Parts: sequence; structure tokens; C-alpha cells
Amino acid sequence: MLTITRYVLIDLLRNRSVAVYTLVLALLSVSLLSLEGGSGKALLSLLNITLLFVPVITTLFATIYFFNSLEFIELLLSQPVKRTRVLLAVYTGMAFSLSVAFVAGVGLPLLLLAPALPSLILIFTGVVLSCIFSAIALLVFVLTKDKTRGIGAAIVVALFFTLLFDGLLMMLIYAFSDYPVDKALIALMTFNPVDLARVLMLLQLDAAVLMGYSGALFKKFLGTPAGSIYAAASLVCWVLIPLLLGVKVFRKKDL
Amino acid sequence: MLIRTIACCLLFTTAASATVIRTGPSAPLQDVLDRAQPGDTIILAPGLYRQHDIVIRKSLTLIGDNYPVLDGENKYQLLTVTANGTVIAGITLQHTGRSSLTDMAGIRLQQVSQAQVRNCRFINTTYAVYLQNSTHCTVSGNQISAAAGDELQSGNGIHAWKCSHLQIRDNTISGHRDGIYFEFVTASGVHHNLSSNNIRYGLHFMFSHNDVYSHNTFRANGAGVAVMYTRGVVMYKNNFYHNWGDAAYGMLLKDITDSRIILNRFHKNTIGIFMDGTSRIDIAGNEFQANGWAMRVQANCDNNKIRMNNFLGNSFDVATNGTLMLNSYTFNYWDKYDGYDLDRDGNGDVPYHPVSVYAVLSERIPATMLLYRSFLTNIMDQAEKMVPAIIPDQLRDNMPRTRKWNL
Amino acid sequence: MIGIEKLTKTFGRFKALDNISLQLEKGQVVSLLGPNGSGKTTLIKSILGLTIPEKGQITIHGKPVGKDVRYRAGIGYMPQIGRYPDNMSIEQVIHMIKDVRKEQADYDDTLYTGFGLHAIRHKKMRTLSGGTRQKVSACLAFLFKPDIYILDEPTAGLDPVSSELLKEKMAAESARGKLVLITSHVLSDLDGLTSHVIYLQDGRLVFHESVEYLETVTGENKLNKIIAAIMQAPKLLPC
Repeated sequence: MLTITRYVLIDLLRNRSVAVYTLVLALLSVSLLSLEGGSGKALLSLLNITLLFVPVITTLFATIYFFNSLEFIELLLSQPVKRTRVLLAVYTGMAFSLSVAFVAGVGLPLLLLAPALPSLILIFTGVVLSCIFSAIALLVFVLTKDKTRGIGAAIVVALFFTLLFDGLLMMLIYAFSDYPVDKALIALMTFNPVDLARVLMLLQLDAAVLMGYSGALFKKFLGTPAGSIYAAASLVCWVLIPLLLGVKVFRKKDL
Repeated sequence: MLIRTIACCLLFTTAASATVIRTGPSAPLQDVLDRAQPGDTIILAPGLYRQHDIVIRKSLTLIGDNYPVLDGENKYQLLTVTANGTVIAGITLQHTGRSSLTDMAGIRLQQVSQAQVRNCRFINTTYAVYLQNSTHCTVSGNQISAAAGDELQSGNGIHAWKCSHLQIRDNTISGHRDGIYFEFVTASGVHHNLSSNNIRYGLHFMFSHNDVYSHNTFRANGAGVAVMYTRGVVMYKNNFYHNWGDAAYGMLLKDITDSRIILNRFHKNTIGIFMDGTSRIDIAGNEFQANGWAMRVQANCDNNKIRMNNFLGNSFDVATNGTLMLNSYTFNYWDKYDGYDLDRDGNGDVPYHPVSVYAVLSERIPATMLLYRSFLTNIMDQAEKMVPAIIPDQLRDNMPRTRKWNL
Repeated sequence: MIGIEKLTKTFGRFKALDNISLQLEKGQVVSLLGPNGSGKTTLIKSILGLTIPEKGQITIHGKPVGKDVRYRAGIGYMPQIGRYPDNMSIEQVIHMIKDVRKEQADYDDTLYTGFGLHAIRHKKMRTLSGGTRQKVSACLAFLFKPDIYILDEPTAGLDPVSSELLKEKMAAESARGKLVLITSHVLSDLDGLTSHVIYLQDGRLVFHESVEYLETVTGENKLNKIIAAIMQAPKLLPC
């Protein structure tokens, strides 16, 4: 598997889109951090960028790349290798290179200009989101028949997790504002990795205000180590479940 | 002339007879005190004194040599002072009893004036220094620590009731119910104290008019600082740091009038200043940084002036619960302000609205905080900036500074 | 070598392969013919395990094609469209496939040198023309000296010289007792090379005969003529 991954990396790390993505992230990070002097404000702006850019770019780019590699994947599969191995290798290469792009674009400036715990958590968040949305793109790839539909699905998925989901959640919150639905809401948020990542980060940056949130769930659950572990574990599940599902479908897929 | 001479002699002899008495753990201290003449100095030799409920009825100076220890064995009170001008210094007082009937104190000053408690150490005393009906007393340089468990069982570090002209300075207080507690205490000063990790409030006062608080630090107290039903308060250069919790404030102002809050720093508090029913307060030159809410100003506050403060990196700058705006905000620096200053007079040309959409939304429905800082709410913020619909429009700073105040 | 029994595959309502049975033996050069959508590619992909059959069985050397992927070590496949990762060089692509087939260290690089790929081995795949990419695909198919060659439109897009070289290579390999399975639209390319013809239509097997037999039946000796003759008079054939 690592053999194939290595070659996927050779290709992806020289990919022009990945380079542009890294460069844009780096420019944004450096300009924000130098303008705001490594303050919480810069970190928050970077958080917003991470929560929007990483899911959208990762999903779209990875889906397109997987579809462009379809013929090459077929060629690989005509060799004596298992399907699972090829798919996981391609995924690993994708997740790794997008994580590298994020670490180079956002992580390095952060570590150099604002080395602190929240910065580390932001880097972790970005890397995990890159892995998650690469896995989701993989699932989109194995589930859709052709490139056009695949890209369409990728756009819908990215939009869903970055915007629509929160919109629905907001409507729910309004509709049930008279009921104690806090627990249900937290459970619902588990279904959106972007929200999970955001909350994980907020507990670092806006801890003070979250402690004042009278629902107190932040404090009682998400604010505790158990809560953070829950959020992190859910994020890991968000990598594994689409990935395993993708592998399962791919093993039976007609290419 | 003769009479005058005699008087002089008398004075002289009294002064000359002021002796220094040294005593140790084995001698009964109450007897030593009772035998001493007013003005005498009693020096306690080092050691553990298992003696309690000692009353100082004469104006004496009680000084510890290398911190002798008075131990209440978790049952008793230690020193009670009923004589004016008494000085107590350099003693360790520990393990007073706890009682729901009497407030067990390390040192109790009862209807005295000019008394002083200096450089003592209080370890696990229910109340460390308890002042009642006293005036012109000084409590300074003491180290007061306890490990209080809950609010009901514990007492206050420095507790004053019906006093005036007190000076409380340079004390370090932790682990009590309230660090410093004033009730009906007037014309007093509280300076350079550190009050931290108390269960309830770092500083708590009620009906205590015309007091001055400066250079104190209130850190990590259960609910911050609460001041109530008082006028004429002056607070300057205090630090309110890291008071976190769902009912925690840097400072809670309840029914405070005609006061000044100047040059203080509020860092990392859930709520920097909470104002409820306060009027005519001048809040100027303070720095609010990294608080959840820098200020919560309830709609029942009026004629307060919030000016020339720095608001930096707060999740929310101002929150309020109504639409009535009777306070003025001017010349503050808001780091979230993104207006412009074309005439370069240092003030932005468009007003700043310190109440954000999300502050309003989460005020109405707290659960919306779950979506705080998501892409959706960024869109809502931008939309609100273009077409204000939710935020109270009158609550605004017409002269927002474009540069941070150098405080 | 390749045995296919009652192979059926449908995509939704569309029947791509309908109860196909075939037996292909070593030394044969089999041309797989038929109009677009007749099931040629599906048949090839089924043999390669890229498409999972619904019914029926494929055996290679008597062993059924299934979960064990090792049988593919004996197959060299040249796809119709050769698309490769943009930023890899020719050399890297070849190294990669060699790494994937680590067990085999004995290479046949006749085509690699014959096509002159070694001279441009550092070029990125994205900069190559379609023809050059076809050359890379061909080179990869022949690299591991397999027993079976499956070539999907091998000569499409190749220049005449390279096309000729590839045909010579196929002839040489079949002479060595290998099985070559080719699909092609350019029937003239297959003349003189083909030993057997399989004709598919709408997923059904129309005929599978040797070229000699077809020549006798139709009296033609060019492949396109033979096919035309049969299409006009299907009764020439017993099935």
C-alpha cells in the first residue's frame, strides 16, 4: 500500500492546485498574523478560514482528482493488487498531501508567529478536517457514476456541512426554544464534523463566554476533558466511517 | 505650673513604665495580658500556644517573635480586642472552630478604634480578621489562607460590619467564602490586596458608601467581585482576572450610584462588568480583554458614562436585555470596529454598535451559542452590518477611537 | 487458458453481457469485435476483475477468477484510454508498476526501447501526447512477460511505425505460445495477425470462429470483408 501511496504523493505534492491552495493559505495566515500580531482575533479569522476553506476545497479537489485518476486506478487494479489496497493508498496520499498543504500554509506561520496551545489545536483541527473531507470525497467518488455527477455531489456535500446543516440546526433551535433540547442539539452536532471542529476550537478561544452560556452544557460536557475526547473521537469516526463505507462499496463496484 | 509639672511627670512615668514583657507557650497568655499595663509591649516567644478565647482589654502591643502559633484546635476563637489602639503583629493564628451560632474569628476587633493587625498569618481560620463597630483600624500585610469547602460552612477573610475609616492594605487572601466583606463600612480604603480563589466573591460589599479601592487584584474567585446598594465608590487600577463560571463576573454592580470605575483591567472573565440598576457611574480608561462579555448593561441602568476604554478580543463587547438605552458610550477603542477615519482626528467617522447580532440572539435563546462563530453566523453578522434589524440601534459609540488607548 | 461460462452482466436494465461462453487457448490471437456498446469492454473488464459478473464464471488456467488477485500477474492489460497522474514522469509510472509487481524482476523492455521512451523518460505524463501515452500503456502491458495479453484498441492513436512495431510484438508473443486478446475498430490492423474472431452484438455472442474457417465460409481474406459478408448473410454460419 505504501508503494502506491508514495507515488500518489509524488504526483500530488507537485500538483499545481495543491500548490496554489498552500500559497493562498500561507498568504492569508501570514497577513492576518502579522496584522493582528498573533492575537486571538487573528486566530479566530484563521479558524473561520479553516472551517470554510478546508471542507470546500478538500471535497472538491479530492473528488475531481479521484475521478481524473479513474483510468489509472483501473490500470492499477489490472495488476495483482487488492482493490482495498489501491483505494486506501490513493486516499492516504490525498489526505496526507492536503494535510501537508494545510500545515505548510497555516501551521508553519502559526507555529512561527503565534506558538501556543490554541494554535496547535487549530492545526490539529485543519489536519483532521482535511482527512475527513478527503474520506467524504472518496465516498462521493465510489458512490457516483460519473465525474459530472460526482462534482455536483461534492459541491452539495461541502455546502451541506459548511452552511446548510447549521441553518437547519438554527431552525431547530428556534422551533424548540421553549424546550430543553440542549442534549439533543449536542448529539446532532456530532453529525457535522465542521461543527465539532469549531466547538473544539471555541473551547480554546472563547472559553470565557462559553462558561457563561446558561445552558451550561458547554461547561458540563464539552468543556470537560471527557467532552473534548468525545469531540475528538467523533472526528476520528468521521474519518473512519466514510472511509470504510467507501472501501466496502468499492470492493463491489463495477469500474 | 505645679499641676502642669505633675501632669508631665505622670505622663512621663506612664511612658517610662511601658515595659516589654516576654512570654512563652507554657504561660497562660490571658493572665499575662491582664497583668500588663496599658501601653505595654508583649512579645510572644516562638512555639505552639494551645490557648484560645483570649481577650485584649487594654491598649497593648502584641508582637510575635518569629511567628509563634496560636492554635484554636478547630474548636475555639483566638483573639478578641476590645481596647483602642491595640497592635497585633507577626503572629500565626490557625484552626479556629466553626460554628453556626457565632462567627469564629482569628482576631476580632470589637468596638475599637486605632487598632492594627499587621503582618500576621492566618491559616484555616473561619474568619481571619473580624471587625465590628470599629473605626480607624488598619489591617495590613497579612497572609490569610484557608481551604474552605462550601459557602455555608465558611467565613470571610476580612469581614467588617458597621465600621468606618478602615485601611485594608497589602493583604493576601484566599480560600474563604468572600475574600473581603464589607457591610455598612464607610470612608474606608482597600488597597494593594490580592484576593484569589475564594468560593464566592473576591470582594463583596453592601451599603458601604464612599470607599476607595485601588491596586487590588481579584483573581479566580468563584463569582468574581460583587458590590451592591452603595454610592460614592471609587475603584481604580484594580485587576479583575479570570473569574469564570455561569454566574461569574469580573465585577457585578447592583444598585450602585455616583461612582467611578477608572483604569482597571478586566481580563478573561466570563463577564467583565455586569451592571444592574446602576446610575451615574463613570467607567473610564479601563481595559477589557479576552472576556466572554466585556460588559452586560441591563436596561434598568441609566446615565452611566462609558468612555475611553479599550475593548480587546472579547467574545462580545456589550450585551443588554432590553431596548432602552440611557447610557452613553464615547471615545472607546473597540478592536472589532472596522470603520474609517477620513478627517484623521483619531475618531472613526461612522458609529460603532457594540452589541453584536449574536449577543442579542444568544440573549433570547441561549442554545444559539452552539452555532457561535460558524460560517452561517458570519453571514448573519455581515448582513446585520449592512441592514441592521436585530441589534439595538441607539446603543452605539458615535466617537469610536481608531487607535488603542495607551493605558 | 481463459474459460468463460454463461457470463451475464446487466447495468440497470441494460444487458451488457448475455450468457456468454467462450474458450480461449494459448497461441491464439483473438480479435474481439462488435459495434459500440456490444459488450466488448465489459467482457475484458470482467476477465480483469474490474467488473463483477452477475452470473457465470471465468477461469484462467482452470482457476476461477475471484477474490484471489494473483491471477492478474499473468495478464498484461493495455487500456483503451491511457490516463496517468499528471505530475509523474514516464520513468516514475514504470517504476511504480514495477514496485506494485515486486515479485517479478524479469522485464521485457523491447517496446520501451523500441518506442524510444527511454529518451523521454523524465517527461511528465501531463506533457505527453495521446499517442505517447498509448506507447507507455503498451510498454507496461508487455513489461512483465505475461501469458495473456488483453489489449483494448491498442493501435488507436499510434503512428504507423509504432503501430507496426506493436503488431510485430504481438505476433512474436503469440508465436511464443501466449494468448493475445485484442479489440479494435481498425480491422485492417488485425489482418494477418488474428487467428480467431469473437463477434459480440447487444451483449450476445454472435460467433466465435477461427479465421481460417471464416475465410473458407465467406471466400474473403480481408477481415473487414469477412465481417461484412457475414453481416449481410448471417446464414453462412451455423449458429
